[in-house]
Amino acid sequence: MLIFEKSKKGRHLSLLPPLDVPAVELTGGNQREQELHLPEVSENELSRHYSELAKKTHGVNDGFYPLGSCTMKYNPKINDEMAGLSGFTEVHPLQPLHTVQGCLEVLQTAERYLSEITGMDRMTFQPAAGAHGEFTGLLLMKAYHHARNEQNRTKIIVPDSAHGTNPASAAMAGYSVVSIPSREDGCVDLEKLREAVGEDTAGLMLTNPNTVGLFDKNILEITRIVHEAGGLCYYDGANLNAVMGTVRPGDMGFDVIHLNLHKTFSTPHGGGGPGSGAVGCKNLLAEFLPVDLTEGKGAYYFVDPEHSIGRVKSFYGNFLVVVRALTYLLTLGKEGIPEASTHAVLNANYMMACLKDKYTMAYDEICMHEFVMSLKDLKKDTGVSALDISKGLLDNGIHPPTMYFPLIVEEALMVEPTETETKETLDEAVEVFLQLYETAHKDAESLHLAPLHTPITRLDEVEAARHPKLRYEII
Amino acid sequence: MSNVVEGLFYTKSHEWVKFEDDTTAVIGLTDYAQGELGSLVFVNLPEEEDEVTVGEAFADVESVKAVSDVYSPVTGIVAEVNEDLMDEPEKINSEPYDAWFVKVKDITDKEEFLSAEEYTAFVESEQA
Repeated sequence: MLIFEKSKKGRHLSLLPPLDVPAVELTGGNQREQELHLPEVSENELSRHYSELAKKTHGVNDGFYPLGSCTMKYNPKINDEMAGLSGFTEVHPLQPLHTVQGCLEVLQTAERYLSEITGMDRMTFQPAAGAHGEFTGLLLMKAYHHARNEQNRTKIIVPDSAHGTNPASAAMAGYSVVSIPSREDGCVDLEKLREAVGEDTAGLMLTNPNTVGLFDKNILEITRIVHEAGGLCYYDGANLNAVMGTVRPGDMGFDVIHLNLHKTFSTPHGGGGPGSGAVGCKNLLAEFLPVDLTEGKGAYYFVDPEHSIGRVKSFYGNFLVVVRALTYLLTLGKEGIPEASTHAVLNANYMMACLKDKYTMAYDEICMHEFVMSLKDLKKDTGVSALDISKGLLDNGIHPPTMYFPLIVEEALMVEPTETETKETLDEAVEVFLQLYETAHKDAESLHLAPLHTPITRLDEVEAARHPKLRYEII
Repeated sequence: MSNVVEGLFYTKSHEWVKFEDDTTAVIGLTDYAQGELGSLVFVNLPEEEDEVTVGEAFADVESVKAVSDVYSPVTGIVAEVNEDLMDEPEKINSEPYDAWFVKVKDITDKEEFLSAEEYTAFVESEQA
C-alpha cells in the first residue's frame, strides 16, 4: 500500500515551533496555484509504513546476497559511525579550508592508500559511481591524446565479455567502440587484439579478473600491445575485490582506473546511491584530472591540475562514502585488505566445487572471486531456466545471482559470495541450489511459478517492459 | 521445433533473407532466433539510406534478459524500415516471417546463405 493511500485529510505529524519572524505573503507568479499533493499521516503511521517496506526488501543485513559482479559484502557498522561524526556531517563545502582540515586529511589519506593498492599516482573522488568514473577516465585519455595532437585516436577497444557500461561510457565520451571477441576461456584473444589496434586506437577498457571470474594471465602482453600502438589502458575496477592488496592494476600496465568504493571498499550500495567511482591515474594523466586535488602535509589545501578537464560533479564527490571507505581501509589494514580478497576467492571456489557435480560451470577451472554457471543443459533437460532457479532462490531467502550475464554464456548465473559470509551460510546456499536442481527434475512446474513466499510473487516482466507504469497517478 | 519457411535464405546468425530481385532483399529474424531471445520488448532499427555491411550489426533487439545485435547478411543501402516494429516488437515473436526489419537495395555483397533445409539442419545441430 502506498503512503498516499493511507493519507487522511488534516492528519499531521509536525509540531512546528511558533513563528518568531514576521509572516510574508508571496506575491505575483511566486504563489502556488494548486495545493501540494502530499500524504497526510501521523508519525506512528509513517513509522509503520517504512517498517513494513523494510520487511519487504532483501539486503545484505537480511541474508545471503551473491549477486555476481556487484560485491554485496557486509558493510561494518563502524563505517557508518565514522561517517556520522558531526565533523564530517555538519560542514559546508564552501566554508574556509582551515576549518575543515580533517575532511581534507581524509581525502588525502584515502587517495594515498587507494593509490598504493592500485599502483596509481593520483586519484579523484569526484565521480559519483562506477560508470561515471569510466566516463571521467575516458575524458582523461581523450585530453591526453588531444594534448599530443593525436585527435585521430577515436576508437576504444572493448572485449565482448565487458560490462555494458564500458562501451556505453566510451560512446558517451565521443569514441567509437571496437568490440573484440573473447577466446573460449573468456580471456582476451591476443591475435584479435593485435588486429584491432592501430593509429586510431585511443585505448582499451578491461577488467582483470575478467567478467567470467578468471585472471587473464596475458595481461602484461595485452597492455604492451595497446601501448605499442600508442593507446592507453583503462582498468575497470569492478572485480578488484578478487585481487586487492595482491596485484596492482598499475603493475599490470594500466594507466587509468576506477574503483567502486561502494562495492570493494564496503559502503552500502544497491539502493541507487550515493556511490563513489574514484578515478586513479598514472602521472602522465594527472595534469588532466578534475579540479580540486588535495595537497599539503599537516596543513592541507586544494589545487587545480594544470590542464584539468574541469568538474564532473559538484565539489568533492560523495564525501561521506570516502569516509566510510577510509574507515574500512584503516580497520583492515595492510594485512586485512589482501586477506579479504583471499577469502572472497576461497569462498567462490568452495561454492563452485560444491555445485559443479550438478550444475554445469561455464569455465571449469579455479576461479577468482566469482564463478559463472551455464544452465543451458538444465533448461534443455527440464525446461527450468536460469530465471526459474533465481526465483526459486528467492523463496528460500537468498538473493539470486546475476542472471543472463555475461552475454557470452547461455543461461548464465553469476555467483559472487564475497568474503564476509561464513562457511555455514555457503553450505546452506549450496543445499538450496542442490534442492532446486532436484525440484527442476521432479516438479519443474513449481519452479515456473516461483516465488510463492515473497511479498510480491512472479512479475510479468515482459508486460512491465512493454507497458511500464513510470509514476504513481495522483487521483 | 521452430518453424523454417521454404523459399527463404538463412544465415548462421539466424536472420532470414527474401530477395525481391537481384539487388533488393527483405531481412528479418527467424522463428528459432525469436524463441531463443524470448519475449522482445524493444527494437532499434537503422534509418532509410543508411549503409549496411555483411556481418555487421544493423539493428538490435531487446528482451527482458538482454540486448542482442542483428547482423546484416548483405551489403547495401536501407530502402525501407518496418517502423511498426518500434511500437509492436512482440510481432517478431508472434509472426517472425512477417515481421521484416528492413528492405535493402543496391546490394553489392552478400554472405553465403543456407537453404531452408540446410538451416533446419544447422538449428538441430545448435540444439544438440
